[in-house]
Amino acid sequence: MARNHAGQFYSGFNRLGPWCSPSGSPAPLSCETGCGEGSWILVCRLLVPTQVSLLSMEEDIDTRKINNSFLRDHSYATEADIISTVEFNHTGELLATGDKGGRVVIFQREQESKNQVHRRGEYNVYSTFQSHEPEFDYLKSLEIEEKINKIRWLPQQNAAYFLLSTNDKTVKLWKVSERDKRPEGYNLKDEEGRLRDPATITTLRVPVLRPMDLMVEATPRRVFANAHTYHINSISVNSDYETYMSADDLRINLWNFEITNQSFNIVDIKPANMEELTEVITAAEFHPHHCNSFVYSSSKGTIRLCDMRASALCDRHSKFFEEPEDPSNRSFFSEIISSISDVKFSHSGRYIMTRDYLTVKVWDLNMENRPIETYQVHDYLRSKLCSLYENDCIFDKFECVWNGSDSVIMTGSYNNFFRMFDRNTKRDVTLEASRENSKPRAILKPRKVCVGGKRRKDEISVDSLDFSKKILHTAWHPSENIIAVAATNNLYIFQDKVN
Amino acid sequence: MQDAKSRFSISREGTVSRKGARKCPPASGPGFQAQTLYFTPGPGAAAAADAPRGPQALLQPPCLPVFWDDIFRRPPERVTEAFTLFCLKDLSQERACGWLKVVGMRQGTMFARGLKRKSAEDGEDVEGGLAGTQATPSYSLQRQSLLDMSLVKLQLCHMLVEPNLCRSVLIANTVRQIQEEMTQDGTWRVLAPQAAGRAPLDRLVSTEILCRSVREQEGERPAADVGDGRTPGLVPGLSAVPSAQALRSPQSSLWEVDSSRENRGGFQKSLDQIFETLESKTPGSVEELFSDVDSSYYDLDAVLTGMVGSTQSGHGSGLQAFTAAATPPPGSSCRSDLGELDHAVEILVET
Repeated sequence: MARNHAGQFYSGFNRLGPWCSPSGSPAPLSCETGCGEGSWILVCRLLVPTQVSLLSMEEDIDTRKINNSFLRDHSYATEADIISTVEFNHTGELLATGDKGGRVVIFQREQESKNQVHRRGEYNVYSTFQSHEPEFDYLKSLEIEEKINKIRWLPQQNAAYFLLSTNDKTVKLWKVSERDKRPEGYNLKDEEGRLRDPATITTLRVPVLRPMDLMVEATPRRVFANAHTYHINSISVNSDYETYMSADDLRINLWNFEITNQSFNIVDIKPANMEELTEVITAAEFHPHHCNSFVYSSSKGTIRLCDMRASALCDRHSKFFEEPEDPSNRSFFSEIISSISDVKFSHSGRYIMTRDYLTVKVWDLNMENRPIETYQVHDYLRSKLCSLYENDCIFDKFECVWNGSDSVIMTGSYNNFFRMFDRNTKRDVTLEASRENSKPRAILKPRKVCVGGKRRKDEISVDSLDFSKKILHTAWHPSENIIAVAATNNLYIFQDKVN
Repeated sequence: MQDAKSRFSISREGTVSRKGARKCPPASGPGFQAQTLYFTPGPGAAAAADAPRGPQALLQPPCLPVFWDDIFRRPPERVTEAFTLFCLKDLSQERACGWLKVVGMRQGTMFARGLKRKSAEDGEDVEGGLAGTQATPSYSLQRQSLLDMSLVKLQLCHMLVEPNLCRSVLIANTVRQIQEEMTQDGTWRVLAPQAAGRAPLDRLVSTEILCRSVREQEGERPAADVGDGRTPGLVPGLSAVPSAQALRSPQSSLWEVDSSRENRGGFQKSLDQIFETLESKTPGSVEELFSDVDSSYYDLDAVLTGMVGSTQSGHGSGLQAFTAAATPPPGSSCRSDLGELDHAVEILVET
């Protein structure tokens, strides 16, 4: 398969269509300053080009024709295209997405060039590969989904890029490398690679490297399998860059990157009697600087900080973070909505942020009895919990992210809304990632959900929210104000208006 | 409201006349102050005037809705000043098998809800519907509805892909929470068989005793005997079941009062089964679990309504009618949950 062809095709595909990238000169940007929740503009909207890619590789079809026919139908999105994870790498140059079909698509940032300065911030497809395949567990007669649950990048140590991707059961380490030179002039092989008849070889020559079209290839370097009975929900690379952990519902395992047939179990909360099970692990992450510490969150709204130096099995926590329940808000759904769906350390390592169903909380590692900040994401849903329980939306797992300076936090909501909270100014904004607002360089208008009786013109009432359009996965560039928002099968990239 | 002697029936034309009705005790419902449930042969079968009386007249399969919203999903058949009439359909939604006459409610709210139900998307607004009415929904009814929903959710496992453990744990915890609260309230009634190996038929009978002979039980033992801290509301609810004569039967001793621990045990059993099923999942087991509960549930309904009717016509025919009416739940074993039976009873008899 000609990856070269694929690589070129994808980058070409991305430039087609008015919605992909700005064509022509953009409208002049105003000089209004915007910090985290200031003004955001759409950079590009990217679609994982799965169906189109299959077509193109088999036949020689005019790409523009495919593009138009494929994209005309707004609702054309197979379930396999639904993006299930988004992650920037450590420099922000690469953006990886995983989808339900087991594919990983890596986007690369457009290089700055003097004459096209406005195109900076755009991301184009860099590489795409099938990370996981659907499997079948014959013992249990159950399918193992190929959906990519998490992707984590390793810090770059040489010319190649490394990332971990995981589905429910297996973690894989992928190496993504470029090749732009090809050896030519073999002595023993001809141009097609066939061995030459030794009798015909009369001279000696040494192959030389000649430049070729850029090819990006992804190879699986390690496969870490058969260590998890339950579904893996998190992976986290340790700051020593030698180990990482994978967490499932009841256990957390510590791996060394070099060793695939062994892992250490560091947390095990499975009760001896499964009938007594009341709590599961929902997320886990290593401390960004201390390679001995990690946190894990539970379905009961608690976070535990563990120190691996204390014992081999970290069942006893060093710190236990739990907020006492508010008795006035007690209902049958209190426990479900307190279940933490994501936990993230701040870049400084001082704070952790947790996301439960209705709020985002920031905790100081030094204070265990309550969070230092609580932000309401969509409190208007509190009265709708029974409906949300009935249609299973109450079990949606939203993620949350910090910005590079830990001053702004972002998380998703329904109706393709996502929210940003500025921790310093205490201001927040609700934005929408939708096709209607997809004019390139268009400034996002803040949205508002109306809870009372009187609805103003631009507001949307709670009953009109589309609960099938949920933003679960977002990512923030490590140093700049560029965000990636995954809405079903679309990936939106927004950047701060101020360059 | 507890007019044991009056009988109503609704003719094909929709007029209400006082004949051939079975009556259940008053229950509260969302949006209305008082109601009476009447079950009569629906117009689909025959005109009310021709309908045979007695327990055999009640149709199988049972038609009792689990959620109030099943009744109120359609606009009422007839709205008058005195009452509002809803048609109860069987599970396939094709045959009318009874009528629900609701009195004393605010007409506007019910009707409005009925209309809203038609246009609203399915599954979107159960609570919205309940909460949307002007009246505050009955807490215990809501709780019951939540319990039913949760149990259904627990059982509906994906057949091919392993079910989500986190979701199952959260739902199970919610169910436990409801059950604990109901135990404290005293509204959680559990009937435990003497021996584990008791046949399902006996258990159904014992539940019948629950309905029928409570009056005599009342006389025999004080209400305080009935577990820890049961509210008085329970007993009047049961006694309102029109039971003409208390039938002295050997199974009356089955009406045992259990501690809340037993309650939990019986209930825990159902949760455990579900967890076991989830953990070591085979496609067959889930179906088995589901089908067990399913069939026994509805068979109990048939039996129960049959029994309720039989007490009026005479205690002698009661048991025979029951035996005739109740077929052993197909494929059931002692796995049939007590929990399921109990809240099925509650749905009918709940105050």
